[in-house]
Amino acid sequence: MIRSLLLSAAALVALPATAQDVAITNAKLVIGDGSAPIEGGTVVVRGGKVVAAGAGVAVPAGIERVDAQGRYVTPGIVAAFSRVGLVEVDAVDGTNDRSANRSRFSAGLDIAPALNPMGSPIAVNRAAGVTRAIVAPGSSSNLFAGQGAVVDLGDDMDMVTKPRALQYVAFGEDGSAKAGGSRAATFLLFREQLLAARSYARNPASLAEWGNDAMIQRADAEALVRVIDGTTPLFVRVDRAADILNVLKLKGEFPGLKLVLVGATEGWLVAGEIAAAKVPVLVSPLSDLPDSFERLGATQSNAGRLKAAGVDISVGVFDDDDAHKMGYTTQYAGNLVGLSKLPGASGLTWDQAFAAITSVPARAVGMDGTMGSLKAGRVGDVVIWDNDPLELGSRPTAVWIDGKRQSLVTRQDRLRDRYLTPTEGALPKAYDR
Amino acid sequence: MRLSIAALPLLALAACASTGEAPKSAGDKPAATASAEKPVKFNKDPYPSTYKGYPTRLTVVKNVTIFDGEGGRIDNGSIVLSSGKVDRIGGPDMELPTDADVYDGTGKYLTPGVIDIHSHLGDYASPSVEANSDGNEATGPVTAEVWAEHSVWPQDPGFTRALANGGITTLEILPGSANLMGGRSVVLKNVPARTVQGMKFPGAPYGLKMACGENPKRVYGSKGRMPSTRMGNMAVDRQTWAKAAAYKKKLDEGKPVDRDLAMETLAGVLSGEILIQNHCYRADEMAQVIDMSHEFGYKVSAFHHAVEAYKIADLLKKEGICAAMWADWWGFKMEAYDSVPENIALMYKEGACTIVHSDDANQIQRLNQEAAKALAAGRRMGMQISDEQAWTWLGINPAKAIGLQDKIGSLKPGKMADVVLWNGNPFSVYTRPDKVWIDGALMFDANDPKRRPVTDFELGQPGEGDVK
Repeated sequence: MIRSLLLSAAALVALPATAQDVAITNAKLVIGDGSAPIEGGTVVVRGGKVVAAGAGVAVPAGIERVDAQGRYVTPGIVAAFSRVGLVEVDAVDGTNDRSANRSRFSAGLDIAPALNPMGSPIAVNRAAGVTRAIVAPGSSSNLFAGQGAVVDLGDDMDMVTKPRALQYVAFGEDGSAKAGGSRAATFLLFREQLLAARSYARNPASLAEWGNDAMIQRADAEALVRVIDGTTPLFVRVDRAADILNVLKLKGEFPGLKLVLVGATEGWLVAGEIAAAKVPVLVSPLSDLPDSFERLGATQSNAGRLKAAGVDISVGVFDDDDAHKMGYTTQYAGNLVGLSKLPGASGLTWDQAFAAITSVPARAVGMDGTMGSLKAGRVGDVVIWDNDPLELGSRPTAVWIDGKRQSLVTRQDRLRDRYLTPTEGALPKAYDR
Repeated sequence: MRLSIAALPLLALAACASTGEAPKSAGDKPAATASAEKPVKFNKDPYPSTYKGYPTRLTVVKNVTIFDGEGGRIDNGSIVLSSGKVDRIGGPDMELPTDADVYDGTGKYLTPGVIDIHSHLGDYASPSVEANSDGNEATGPVTAEVWAEHSVWPQDPGFTRALANGGITTLEILPGSANLMGGRSVVLKNVPARTVQGMKFPGAPYGLKMACGENPKRVYGSKGRMPSTRMGNMAVDRQTWAKAAAYKKKLDEGKPVDRDLAMETLAGVLSGEILIQNHCYRADEMAQVIDMSHEFGYKVSAFHHAVEAYKIADLLKKEGICAAMWADWWGFKMEAYDSVPENIALMYKEGACTIVHSDDANQIQRLNQEAAKALAAGRRMGMQISDEQAWTWLGINPAKAIGLQDKIGSLKPGKMADVVLWNGNPFSVYTRPDKVWIDGALMFDANDPKRRPVTDFELGQPGEGDVK
């Protein structure tokens, strides 16, 4: 691909190919854990990891220093729920690995080999400050969609931070359509498949009997065993208030489940129950239309009300273009801050909103010890912004992933540069690069 | 969840394209009346607007930053709204009436009401169930005879969100893009009404939605019908225009014709009464359409979704054709692959008519934010664009594209008093509408739950009357 050739050529010239120790000083430093920005802060990255961040942090001798000149310095944005890396062009089937619609497998599917680190959306999203993404398979013909991954958006071939980091399933209208046309079928199929998996774990030979009834393959059962024991978090798309309560009840029969709610459009109606269950929620915060009967209560205040009830809220953009436009993450978070000024609405503080796009989604997938904040030991994903990162016009001026300085040049930049003047020069545009 | 009709028509079209028997060709349209001996005299406005502005009060907003919609800015400005019109606008020295409702705009911004010239509210209404999917008459590639207003459900809650969150006061509702000639558009005032006639913008010209590129050839190619290629798209278009030219010639000569609703619309385009709103992504295809318009003697008012406008900004400028664009949608289909975030700014740089549009029930709620992203992209590449200049993308330019530049799109005295008071700079992510006036009547007030419309559909449902 043109982009990757150009980028790797550029990398040879200008960018270190491996993790480099760096100290970014004079920063308006955002740790990402919900604490307030620290003026005059420093973050030190060594061996690809954050070793220290805060005010009065000493810069080790001999290490590269970058003066942020008082600008915002933050952890990279974590896309809370996305399809980054699975899609180049949505409507071009061969480039779209979002859903395995004709597969006979379900929970056993693993998206890791479908990810393309050289796809153009990687660079575009990275240039918007997104350094990590929680990537889930799209809903397919079976109830369980399969296993997602946590990825980085670095300019290299090593994309997977953690494979099989989550299992995805949709309840509500989507799940009902797959299970047989009723929510009753969804819950029974879900239960039967988990019971079959549990039986398989105890006695693999039992799958022949259980699996036929539950319409489940061996690979699916193996994946579901990890869901039952909580090794793999179960991300559940669910929106209607009543459906949310029924999903929470699943923990009664399967207490090991680590549930994460995705969407939860009517979550605010049952916020207390979600908080009591200690189940985190990934919201698409600007969804405010009753665009189905399971989302009649949609409001942009959902996130703020859930947060006020004590629920862990992450901000995603999954009801929009979930492969190409992860840059909307900051915009959506910023909207929640704006909402807090509106009479009768509930929003988030700036600090809460920024945590909702960094450390909180990391925690939802059980990886806040690894990523999502500038605390010691986390990955060296650092962004310097030209302005308030939640504001519409702001962009990163520098991005590190795993301590490696990244190219921020995209294919879109190359097209723009070619057509800064639309008319041809001495040669056709095809010669202009 | 809702995805754009234009963006991912696979979903929306699959459903509606599968029902109904298609006419065999554009020529098979049912004739509404029998052959006439005399020249046809038909009513050009058989579904007239019944919209009337709601009662107004003499209104003053003062100490406010004004973007006038034509590129002008007044700091510490004032505006007077009287009898539904902008009465005057000026600086702190302007004389103000003493008997008006006065709003202090300190720290706030005032703009003309936002215009979205590409919306499917009402014809793809929420909830987006099959029963409400009325945007594409995807039973034949040429359906110039259909009128979007006959699909619009005025109870679509999307209208109310666009008002409260986006300050949208005027919208053009278009048929979808499954067809080469999808039918007539309708321009609406964003004032709730029992009937669509009650929302129709009085005196607004009609538009004709056309589409080039992937959608028509995919929809009909997949049915084994013409067009299945881009050359097929052009051929069907040209054959239809040739027929329309002949029909118009008969009309002009006073010769008898069978009444043909599609031909009436196309003749209206050829006579300049109906404005072409042309869905078209790729630069090379826009150039083909421009030549086709020359061949048959009509003008394209605006290219919509023009993601490659930046490649031919000079041509669009020369032809006087507007481009209506997204800030940053890309990659959802092949013809959207070369989108760049600087598209809007590059069109503006060329001096061409630049418009931000939504095509989306969600983004219509924050067209100001979309414009802000486009503005920032322009500034990042070194362009000097002021906030007030950028507001022309939401102001006078979209008004021009739908033929209403004399009535809306800027805050000039005598124009309709469609006005948004924002609680901060509308190019900030932290800003929302504080108040919205339409024809001088206060139709939204963030501080007054009684000035927040609730559609019939949402009455008695969870979250009724919520801030949304």
